[in-house]
Amino acid sequence: METKMIFAGFGGQGVLLAGQLIAEAGMQKGKNVSWMPSYGPEMRGGTANCSVVISDDIIGTPIILDPQILVAMNKPSLESMQNMVVENGTIIYNSSLIKKDEINKINGINYIGLPCSEIALELGNPKVQNMPIIGAVMEVTKSFNEDDIKKAMLSKFGETKAKMIDLNMEAVAKGKETVIKGVN
Amino acid sequence: MEKKLMKGNVAIAEAAIHAGCKCFFGYPITPQNELIEHMSKRLLKLEDGVFVQSESEVAAINMVFGAAGAGARVMTSSSGPGLSLKQEGISFLAGAELPAVIVNVMRGGPGLGGIQPAQSDYFQATRGGGHGDYYTMVYAPANVQEAVDLVQKAFDKADEYRNPVIILADGVIGQMMEPAEIKDNDNSANYKKDWAVTGKEGSHNILRSLYLDPHELNIHNKNLTKKYEKIEANEIMFETAFIDDADIMIVAYGTTSRIARSAIREAREKGIKVGLFRPITLWPFPLKELKEAAKNTKNVVVAEMSSGQMIYDVKLALEGSKPVSFVGEAGGIIPTTKQILEAIELASKEE
Amino acid sequence: MPNFNKTKMITDVTMHYCPGCTHGIIHRLVAEVLEELNINDNAILVAPVGCSVIAYNYFKCDGIEAAHGRAPAVATGVKRVHPNKVVFTYQGDGDLASIGMAETVHVASRNENVTTIFVNNAIYGMTGGQMAPTTLVGQVTTTSPYGRASKNESGPIHIAEMISTIQGPAYVARVSVHDVPNIKKAKEAIKKAFQYQLDGKGYSLVEVLSTCPTNWGMSPVDALKWVKDNMLNVFPLGVYKEEK
Repeated sequence: METKMIFAGFGGQGVLLAGQLIAEAGMQKGKNVSWMPSYGPEMRGGTANCSVVISDDIIGTPIILDPQILVAMNKPSLESMQNMVVENGTIIYNSSLIKKDEINKINGINYIGLPCSEIALELGNPKVQNMPIIGAVMEVTKSFNEDDIKKAMLSKFGETKAKMIDLNMEAVAKGKETVIKGVN
Repeated sequence: MEKKLMKGNVAIAEAAIHAGCKCFFGYPITPQNELIEHMSKRLLKLEDGVFVQSESEVAAINMVFGAAGAGARVMTSSSGPGLSLKQEGISFLAGAELPAVIVNVMRGGPGLGGIQPAQSDYFQATRGGGHGDYYTMVYAPANVQEAVDLVQKAFDKADEYRNPVIILADGVIGQMMEPAEIKDNDNSANYKKDWAVTGKEGSHNILRSLYLDPHELNIHNKNLTKKYEKIEANEIMFETAFIDDADIMIVAYGTTSRIARSAIREAREKGIKVGLFRPITLWPFPLKELKEAAKNTKNVVVAEMSSGQMIYDVKLALEGSKPVSFVGEAGGIIPTTKQILEAIELASKEE
Repeated sequence: MPNFNKTKMITDVTMHYCPGCTHGIIHRLVAEVLEELNINDNAILVAPVGCSVIAYNYFKCDGIEAAHGRAPAVATGVKRVHPNKVVFTYQGDGDLASIGMAETVHVASRNENVTTIFVNNAIYGMTGGQMAPTTLVGQVTTTSPYGRASKNESGPIHIAEMISTIQGPAYVARVSVHDVPNIKKAKEAIKKAFQYQLDGKGYSLVEVLSTCPTNWGMSPVDALKWVKDNMLNVFPLGVYKEEK
């Protein structure tokens, strides 16, 4: 079993961190994982993406061009990458920035809208806008659970930011909920 | 240390520290910056840590020369353009027989090139790189854990043979995060450096590469050759996968070997019997081992993230016994699983 | 009312510099000067390695890319072949004051008839904020994570002062672009530097104090204030050498 994912958005939307936490959660689960970012000159205002693989087997290429899951936090990412998703794959898009009727949908792909900004605002902190992604990916892939992601956060944030974990986990739960409810 | 999700660059730095390397000299260059940054963060906090961001890569490698000559476990890291500048010092290290570990997180060239991953420094790394008759051991990790293990081994082998060792990684290995476990692995006490310049009373150790008398220099070169032959006899590392029933053998190292592994899985699903030969030491290159592994195959495909450099060693190993084809991309473009699969399919149709 | 026109010497290519970076201002000043001195059609730019590595895409003149730090040597080669052209290097602090120091000293020592625009923002930008030779004591960078310490790295290099001690150069000045009066003064200095070259008087260098909002972790406005509050007392402005 191998789950191949791409997370894409503007720099600052937290897609790299969301991908890292998911990879780390997979590791906590005892799976093989890899996280590979796009990288470039250190400039503001660019786009960012990363490939994440969670696998029971030795991981081949860490650079993913045929994901089962694409998380697109903005419209340019969705438009440039949705063709890469394999048949029966899932696209989780940020419905706060991408309107449902603006998407040129591809047949055979499952689209899930995730109102990332609204969830973050509801929880009172715009910084957690990337956390619902994790909940949504958790529900779609079942590759890891809440405990794994909590451990990943503890390891990633360190003791000083550990108090942020509860809020982040609430945002994760909202993401999971959105998928369960099937709100598109 | 428990298993942690780590960037290759950071893991390499941390692994070196755990192998007793408390001495680092380097200069910023993408895609290896996290390595030098991690070294500054860690070594500046250690009582016996030495970290200097040098004014250039030329200076960095010569600081390495000084620290290695003084008996320390020492490392530097860079990428293509920086490695070119370091060649002077690497030749001097080889000439004076000083141990050091040099990391190259390869990017696309030539010239300034780009900053995306490549394997275009194979020739430079495996043929000495600088002037004179010499070789450096070259280790090519394919994942973050292996990078950790090879870096730690590199320090021991550098000390054992009094020779520079190059870790030939690429932008993917450097930038990627994977789980890695870093163990304390400092074996420096096993290597007595009675040749080092330590300023000890009554000592007259001279470290040099200058031999004005050509006969003396000839003997020095013959001794170096004997050492290189010993390394060739004892230090070869490689890995094979799915090779037993293979009709086609892919040869690839580092990141490209992982893409090849993905392509092999897909090819096998289509019923094509294909296997992988992955050199871990690029010098010494597993010449005999590769020929032996290819014995029952019909043909060989070489996959590289360059315009084709290792392919010459593969052809050398096969001595014309098998047809060899090439698949690869250069300049920072990473060959895809699909491309390698197509090369496999093409090779499978050849008679 | 004077019209604010587009500078002819600047191309229409969208600049890659971060929002609030002062490279854009300095590019414009150089371009305006080249135009005003009527040297817009015989100038040759030597670009460095660093944030301004692709400056040749923005200046409407011939451009040549040098290896890291070697721009003064490359400029020497170009100038010796084309002595009647105006040759200038545009270099950052890592390029000019770190890896290229030997070339920096010797282009001045030979009094090569070329001009250098030296952009000093006390940090490595392109590679992500490492310590520069001009980083201030106490300044945090990714390779001086506990602040540049006098113990390990001593203090910043003062290029304008240092180059002015060499016998060769004709004109050495330090300017800043943190506010409008200083931008005007910077332009005057840059113009003077190119005039020295046109008059065949030898090497000229203008050090321009600049910002890096991205790697300093500041807003563009705060970054300009940081130049005023922290850089000016370490790097005093003024003319350091002027051949009569």
